[in-house]
Amino acid sequence: MYFDLTDEQQAIKSTAHDFLAARYKSERIRELAASEHGFEQSDWDEMAELGWPGLALPEEWGGQGLGIVDLAVLFEEMGYALAPSPLLSTTIAGLALALCGSDDQRERFLRPLATGEKRGAPALWDADSPATPGGFTMEAKADGDGTVLDGEKVLAVDAATADFFLVGTAGGKRHLVDRGADGVTVTAEPSIDLTRRLYSVRFDGVRVAPEDTLPAEEPEYFPVFFRACVAIAAESTGIAQRTMEMAVEYAKDRQQFGRPIGAYQAVSHRCAQMLLETENARSAVYGAAWAADAEPDSLPLAASMAKAYASDAGWRVPDASIQVHGGIGFTWEHDLHFFLKRGKANAATLGDARWHRDRVADRVLAEATAPAPA
Amino acid sequence: MDLSLSPSELEFRDEVRTWLEENHPGPEPESGLEEVMAFRREWQGKLHEAGWAGISWPKEYGGRGATLIEQAIFVGESARQEAPSPANVLGLAMGGPVVIAHGTDEQKQRYLEPILTAEEIWCQGFSEPESGSDLASLKTRAVKDGDEWVVTGQKVWTTFAQYAKWCMLVARTDPEAPKHKGLTYFLMDMDQPGVEAKPLVQITGEGEFNEVFMEEARIPDANVVGGVGNGWSVAITTLMNERAGLAFGAISQISNNLKRLCQLAEETRCNGGTAAEDPVMRQRIAQLHIEAETMRLNAYRGLTKTMQSGIPGPEGSLGKWQWADINQRIAELALEIEGAYAQLDRGAEHAVSNGAWQYSFLRSRANSIEGGTTDILKNIIAERVLGLPRLR
Repeated sequence: MYFDLTDEQQAIKSTAHDFLAARYKSERIRELAASEHGFEQSDWDEMAELGWPGLALPEEWGGQGLGIVDLAVLFEEMGYALAPSPLLSTTIAGLALALCGSDDQRERFLRPLATGEKRGAPALWDADSPATPGGFTMEAKADGDGTVLDGEKVLAVDAATADFFLVGTAGGKRHLVDRGADGVTVTAEPSIDLTRRLYSVRFDGVRVAPEDTLPAEEPEYFPVFFRACVAIAAESTGIAQRTMEMAVEYAKDRQQFGRPIGAYQAVSHRCAQMLLETENARSAVYGAAWAADAEPDSLPLAASMAKAYASDAGWRVPDASIQVHGGIGFTWEHDLHFFLKRGKANAATLGDARWHRDRVADRVLAEATAPAPA
Repeated sequence: MDLSLSPSELEFRDEVRTWLEENHPGPEPESGLEEVMAFRREWQGKLHEAGWAGISWPKEYGGRGATLIEQAIFVGESARQEAPSPANVLGLAMGGPVVIAHGTDEQKQRYLEPILTAEEIWCQGFSEPESGSDLASLKTRAVKDGDEWVVTGQKVWTTFAQYAKWCMLVARTDPEAPKHKGLTYFLMDMDQPGVEAKPLVQITGEGEFNEVFMEEARIPDANVVGGVGNGWSVAITTLMNERAGLAFGAISQISNNLKRLCQLAEETRCNGGTAAEDPVMRQRIAQLHIEAETMRLNAYRGLTKTMQSGIPGPEGSLGKWQWADINQRIAELALEIEGAYAQLDRGAEHAVSNGAWQYSFLRSRANSIEGGTTDILKNIIAERVLGLPRLR
């Protein structure tokens, strides 16, 4: 039993921390938030050099071959820095290919993705559907030996800059479609989080060759989904950590009634609550990340617990930080709103806290009433 | 990172598990405190014979010298199987470790063995009616008289004082010194005319705690622990010891209670189905499980940190706070699931689970008060973990 980062993981953490702190100062995040795609290719090239796009992808396909704990370390730092980057979307696409693709698909799509030369983006949720996990409605119509896609996907992250999409269809199949394919139209959708862009993607009679449909069936995507949940929950934990630190610093400096406001228990107890939520989120995230690497049977429950808890903490802690800051925390000029928005967006996607809690309830109720093992 | 037990830790867990299964004496008697104490003395005797009493104590003092993780496994497994408490909880968890850390050779010789056997029960005389969270302001006076100290004052919340032979007493020996400096730690014989223990009936109707009145009670100078004037730092070690071991027992206890909560939800009719099908109840049941899991994982992280640094950090305060909060909410939710039946107490024909949740609900009110109030824990976290300024 050893629940801490290894030296190697500490090294990943400090490299990421220093790199991201140097790149993403407040002015830079604001510039990117106002830019067309919300991030810059030159930053991406540097991240690719650090090996981040393939961090948790198999070495066989050009990745670093590290685990989900390592990925969580990186994403916690991405959240801490509020890094505007397509790393999350392409990582999820990469995990899907690694776990569910054919060797031919891995050769053509995963290998360039792992080195950062190409990026993928999931296009899963159907317009006019609740956008909760599972139950895609887009039909995959047979067309000769291939498939034709018609319909509109929404809430697709980084779709305007991805090289290819992983499109989910009714029955749970996934298809690889180039962004430039005939019949594909990408439209930006303004979202609350300016540092991570959302798009809708229309597919009008888009033809998919048989070799571009992944062989896996729906249940095989659960391990991908739960790993994605861990990554985004790690990012939310970083957001909580950073905004808690901002609140504590401010509470030490800001004087009212002749004292630093952090001396008042209404403020200091709020900060203690922020620490509790941040540490709980971190424990849940690394517990689930470890399960992904070492104890896959417990991953579904652990990942739902982590995503549920970090979904709440990821926006409540920035919100509490805004309250500690008072008026200045409510201004555009202060950075807190960017963190709050990312935290809220993270909470809403990949199953919100309510959705994951319902899954947790299913499991714990079933376990509690199961006959005791002999 | 490795959250699994090593082969030797697994082996240890299996040894504990098997021993407990074979020796578990069943549920505690419900007839009264006297019977409970007799039952627990007998249980501690069994534990001692098998070498489980004083599991954290070094071997040279009759303990087992177990590692932190082994202690965690033992406490966790005992709570999982709902084994009774030993009779001398405070002697084992605090008295012994204090004598080992600060006592003289004569004191070690005299006191340790009867703690392990439960021949002599220990109690703790720290809190006073006017000194609760601000413990260092305590007023009980000890005045030197030849080679004795004469003690006058009052203590409160003294668990099992009526059965105790020895009291870990902190008293003021130098009223002129700053409040933390003028205190001394004594071992006071409870069996003397100047000491009177009166049970304090609590909201559950039981009398776990006592008030202890001292009127010119006498303590030989040889019973000072850690030197005159060092009472505060000696007392702090005992509080650290109290907190370090508790977490893993608390975690198993919460996990048992959550299981019962789930069973209650499955068995209780609600809106044409069961409470386990009610979306609101499901959300709350799940949230409690999630928080309990974060508490468990936090405790493992804390344990790893303590193993690296040698001392438990102030982060332990988070666990105590969280434990109180989760424990209270489990009982609150259970009563909500019971609905109108929540009014019925033990002994009522239609009481749910014979009033067990009513007891938990009432008893858990003290969880955020005993052993450091949640409000004070938040202060500790704010000041010592986050580095926020002190109001005082």
